[in-house]
Amino acid sequence: MYQAFLVKYGEIGLKGNNRHIFENALRDRVSEKLQPLGDYHVTREQGRIFVECPKGYDYEDTVEALGRVFGVSGFCPVKVVETTDWETVKQAVGNFVEEMYPQKNFTFKVAAKRADKHYPITSPEICAGIGEYLLERFSGLSVDVHAPQEVITVEIRNRAYIYSKVLSGPGGMPVGTAGKAMLLLSGGIDSPVAGYMISKRGVALEATYFHAPPYTSDRAKEKVVDLARIISRFTGPIRLNIVNFTDIQLAIYEKCPHEELTIIMRRYMMRIAEHFAKESGCLGLITGESIGQVASQTMHSLLTTNAVCELPVFRPLIGFDKVEIVDIAQKIGTFETSILPYEDCCTIFVAKHPVTKPVLSAIEKSEELLADVMDDLMKEAIETTEVIEV
Amino acid sequence: MEAYLDNSATTRIDDSVLALMERVYKEDFGNPSSRHKKGMDAERYIKTAKEQIAGTLKCKPEEIFFTSGGTESNNMALIGAALANKRSGMHIITTSFEHASVYRPLFFLEELGFRVTYLTPDVDGSISVDALREALCKDTILASVMAVNNEVGAVQDITALGAAVKEYNPAILFHVDAIQAYGKYRIYPKRQNIDLLSASAHKFHGPKGCGFLYIKEKTKIKPLIYGGDQQKGMRSGTENVPGIAGCGLAAELAGGRIEELQEYLYGLKSYFAKGLSEIEGVTVHLADATDGAYVSEEERENRLRHTAPHIMSVGFSGVRSEVLLHALEEKGIYVSSGSACSSNHPAVSGTLKAIQVPKDLLDATLRFSFCRDTTREELEYTLAVLKELLPQLRRFRRK
Repeated sequence: MYQAFLVKYGEIGLKGNNRHIFENALRDRVSEKLQPLGDYHVTREQGRIFVECPKGYDYEDTVEALGRVFGVSGFCPVKVVETTDWETVKQAVGNFVEEMYPQKNFTFKVAAKRADKHYPITSPEICAGIGEYLLERFSGLSVDVHAPQEVITVEIRNRAYIYSKVLSGPGGMPVGTAGKAMLLLSGGIDSPVAGYMISKRGVALEATYFHAPPYTSDRAKEKVVDLARIISRFTGPIRLNIVNFTDIQLAIYEKCPHEELTIIMRRYMMRIAEHFAKESGCLGLITGESIGQVASQTMHSLLTTNAVCELPVFRPLIGFDKVEIVDIAQKIGTFETSILPYEDCCTIFVAKHPVTKPVLSAIEKSEELLADVMDDLMKEAIETTEVIEV
Repeated sequence: MEAYLDNSATTRIDDSVLALMERVYKEDFGNPSSRHKKGMDAERYIKTAKEQIAGTLKCKPEEIFFTSGGTESNNMALIGAALANKRSGMHIITTSFEHASVYRPLFFLEELGFRVTYLTPDVDGSISVDALREALCKDTILASVMAVNNEVGAVQDITALGAAVKEYNPAILFHVDAIQAYGKYRIYPKRQNIDLLSASAHKFHGPKGCGFLYIKEKTKIKPLIYGGDQQKGMRSGTENVPGIAGCGLAAELAGGRIEELQEYLYGLKSYFAKGLSEIEGVTVHLADATDGAYVSEEERENRLRHTAPHIMSVGFSGVRSEVLLHALEEKGIYVSSGSACSSNHPAVSGTLKAIQVPKDLLDATLRFSFCRDTTREELEYTLAVLKELLPQLRRFRRK
């Protein structure tokens, strides 16, 4: 007996003629995720993906990796029996129950699938035969075909496959089936979660971070690289653009009204992120904004920052409360890194009373004060951007 | 150009020390507890290191115990001494500006029921002997004082403080945290009434991960780490032989040139202080007046000479220390804000408050620390960079 995994996917199954594209993508994402862990065979068959690991495998590592593949709705650890010999199969199911259930006092039913139609025993006979065997071997079990606590499935192919537990996957769609988007990544709690959520819909990620030395330290930058690395465990490789934003920020500080600093700064961030997005074929921008969380995320502020973008801006957290965002951050493992106390460039020069209801025309007018310097500064910032692949 | 001015955080290892350690790692790698020749060869390095260190302290080699560094030495001294002597009393005296590796073990002892008195330094950073005398009581079993403060370089009159302790009651143990002082000052435990003394090798061009605790013979102290009874049961665990060998050699090298080094470092210090006095809005703590009053050049020099030769704490008005630190870093100049050990703390430095640094400078203070390898050119470069950076940084501040 050795281990295999049966991967189930929900939504992809609903696709029409494109279905094979999604299925192939999912198979590839599963292979990629497992590749560093050892020798796995990942195959696609009849509306599911089968992962076999005939050599060695680490159960925990494999489960953890499968749980990070978008598009996987659930997966079952499967025991594989090399032979379909009827007596051996019955015994193997018994051993399976012995091993998987420390407490043997539940109701169950047996489900059988017979891909090998030449197998001498029919599906109902398999169910009945195995049910009988289990009742004899474990006195605490009883059968309930309508509402069983456990369904024990036996599949007969060229080998026999036994499974019962379904572990949940992240759901969503396999990355690479929905194009690419540019995430504005800060060191905070929200933006990594926003990236995760969009990527979950099959979108590959690129990211841009704004660095303001010496006002922000290299540790702050390293923290962002770490965050990108954590979400890349779900999303696959991320190209991270690190923009030196100091001079632009100082120019705004010197020339524009102080209460407008943050909102103007964010408009320039969007412009630069969009530049990189277009350059690399991204179809949208992603931010971690949520209505009313801070002054720069009021409806008025969102309208004002949105005005500089041509690409759609995706804000998956827009209706989320902070606690809900924190929950996801904890679940995907970014929270502990996000709360490390390094200052980011949004907070260093922040005004005591920033505008909360900026008027677009007024902001545009303030930006005119930067007209003579900003083209050069933007060019400089874009040219000196450091790229890190994580 | 690069200027490493963070030598109180750590120093670069001496080449000959590294060469010796490499030899121990590669050739004489035996476990000193092994009964064969390889073990004996390894043991010999420990013996030599003890002799080297004992030579600098004029003590017996058997009074030296090796640890994983300054933090462990302080923990072992304080917790070990308190637990071993609690029957004689439960009172401990220390100062309000010790390193975390002293005050945290003391917090732990407070949890166990010990009572701790924290003496506040005067504006000049010194702990008065009278204040210590006043704090001593029948219940006192231990007094712990840092010889050189790591953040501002304040120096204590260890001899006078030690004498006061013993005059009151010779049974009270006197511990000195000499982590910043060892190798910069001559310290002789016997003459100065010191029972326990902590040092850390990487502060004097030795390796990281090794330090020692001097324990005066016959001093009652309970070990913190139990196991195979290495180091006479005082500190179990296979000895870090390469580190110990390196620590010993580094100690010997440092001990051989203390006066010469002091002169050299004070020279650097007064040069740097003079350069800083030409820049607007710069205060050298413990040398300039806290209220901005005029201090004559002579008096300033005199005050500088009363602080440690290698540490300078400097306030820059209107600039956040964190920002200035990173701006200097961009120019290849490495310094600390507060001390590197406590700068992860969001809280502002307790030491600066203790010496009455004005509020607006608490978060605007950097520590520059020198060593034998620091050059005048590095300081010249640093002064030039500061002159260039400060006006720029002062233009941009939180409104």
